[in-house]
Amino acid sequence: MDKTPQTLPRQSWTFSNETNSEIRRAAATGIYDIRGGGAKRRVPHFDDLLFLGASISRYPLEGYRERCDTSVTLGTRFAKKPIELKIPITIAGMSFGSLSANAKEALGRGASAAGTSTTTGDGGMTNEERGHSTQLVYQYLPSRYGMNPDDLRRADAIEVVVGQGAKPGGGGMLLGQKITQRVADMRSLPVGIDQRSACRHPDWTGPDDLEIKILELREITGWEKPIYVKIGGARPYYDTALAVKAGADVVVLDGMQGGTAATQDVFIEHVGQPTLACIRPAVQALQDLGMHRKVQLIVSGGIRNGADVAKALALGADAVSIGTAALIALGDNDPKWEAEYQKLGSTAGAYDDWHEGRDPAGITTQDPELMKRLDPIAAGRRLRNYLNVMTLECQTIARACGKSHVHNLEPEDLCALTMEAAAMARVPLAGTDWYPGKPGF
Amino acid sequence: MPTTLDMATTELREVNTTLQAAAKAQVNEPYVIVNPRGSHAMACGLDGPLNVTVKGSTGYYTAGMNKEASITVEGSAGPGVAENMMSGTVTILGDASQYAGATGHGGLLNIKGNASSRCGISMKGIDIVVHGNIGHMSAFMAQRGNLVVLGDAGDALGDSLYEARLFVRGTVKSLGADCIEKEMRAEHIAILKELLERAGADAKPEEFKRYGSARTLYNFHIDNAASY
Repeated sequence: MDKTPQTLPRQSWTFSNETNSEIRRAAATGIYDIRGGGAKRRVPHFDDLLFLGASISRYPLEGYRERCDTSVTLGTRFAKKPIELKIPITIAGMSFGSLSANAKEALGRGASAAGTSTTTGDGGMTNEERGHSTQLVYQYLPSRYGMNPDDLRRADAIEVVVGQGAKPGGGGMLLGQKITQRVADMRSLPVGIDQRSACRHPDWTGPDDLEIKILELREITGWEKPIYVKIGGARPYYDTALAVKAGADVVVLDGMQGGTAATQDVFIEHVGQPTLACIRPAVQALQDLGMHRKVQLIVSGGIRNGADVAKALALGADAVSIGTAALIALGDNDPKWEAEYQKLGSTAGAYDDWHEGRDPAGITTQDPELMKRLDPIAAGRRLRNYLNVMTLECQTIARACGKSHVHNLEPEDLCALTMEAAAMARVPLAGTDWYPGKPGF
Repeated sequence: MPTTLDMATTELREVNTTLQAAAKAQVNEPYVIVNPRGSHAMACGLDGPLNVTVKGSTGYYTAGMNKEASITVEGSAGPGVAENMMSGTVTILGDASQYAGATGHGGLLNIKGNASSRCGISMKGIDIVVHGNIGHMSAFMAQRGNLVVLGDAGDALGDSLYEARLFVRGTVKSLGADCIEKEMRAEHIAILKELLERAGADAKPEEFKRYGSARTLYNFHIDNAASY
């Protein structure tokens, strides 16, 4: 029987199945999509860079025989007691409230075992976290939930949070279902209500005020603690320069792949710049001020392995920070919970409804039964292993580039696979000696 | 005899170090600071009973994060006075600039003059008594504690308010989102009476109106989108 050939059904690139599903969801609920994590869209990233390795002009170091140091000191500008870390990988700020107490304990255990620091979040400092973290950075956030001078003094460093990469210019919202009695008490709010975190600080606006705020924090803590200033990847050159002007010891720069506990999807995907695009402008600001390596730069947002660490350091960072990757190391999105992710309408690797408090892995929840699923000792051990692997990977690359310290990595060790990455990282496109915007071309 | 610290000849660091050590020693001695010259972060981080009098006006964050100490500014105070105070008493004989008592957890902030905008912003348990007027957006996102105003309040009082109680004797230019006038019950009269007495205020509780949260924005709902 003759059959007239027909064109196959064609899906629209503009109106993809995913786009259409979001339109239908919005039409049904009347509310924007809120989720955790960072940007999921493909953006230029560290994958678009390669190390050149050694050659006739540069000889490598012998792996496992010749030293390649990884230590980093943070807060050398003003603080009487800078932080000394064994590895250049720190744990980013994540709040008790968004994370379970077991998860916070595991982060502290893993980080401490690997010789690095962990960071509180928008919910104050817990005793579990302090007790299990040899080096703890205390975040100073717009909400000031749980903020008090005693915890300021028992912190090892203070991080003034101006913004974060997932939502530069945005505040936060911890939904009521995660507000247990303990979380509520720490935040001085009733149980079960949504807890808003303001988008800007209540008692200062602008860099001149920030300078005085930092002065106050130093006076309260006897000028002992390093003061970090965390910025989202919005205007990295000027924000870095202004943070330095305000007196920061350390600048923490978070690109758009950096995670959040709960933010509108449209915010995560459409505001801010990729991590790769932020590093060189920030380093440039430090260099222009003569403060590179004097004010340390920590880069976060999408760091996954030792190669990412090495590339961030080569571009001028002093250290990196991980959040999402640390949660995955603890057990977040583990396929062993696939059946339960399916029940929640998701799948392992894609689960991001952290704000709902029903995390099968027991990490982004306050549910007592779910929390029990995470053994903080075993999870801490996994985090330690992961941090150690990242460090070994970074050392492997650094030795191949002939570096006796990971901080000796430099832009000249890199090339870019794409024009976009070349422009953002300001390293030559592979096979050329040129990048877009290079002076003289 | 009080110990005098002269900021014309003494650095801020030395002043604060001296006061912090004295507070920690729990001896409750009187200190007087002269020539403050609008210095920032003065007498901040005190952690213990101490009586401090500042002879003049101060800059930002005076008495920040105070615990237990009693600090009096015989002048006006810059932005963020007694920010995040935990306990104790801070008295301003003149006016206070923006963000007075911001995020304070406890204690009494007693402002004899006026307070500028955002007084009591995100307060978490502090009591604030303002003998004059307060500016706009005061008690924004205020969580706990009491804000008492003997004069008038500016625009958007108590916007996005949580559980803090607001008492105003004069007029309120406008209320912020989710802030409403509420019934003044006997328990509120009692709270207000005690606060007015502690602050040395010449006013009767019955002269005040009480404002609080309507609690309609406590959990996000799309029908309230215009209020967010």
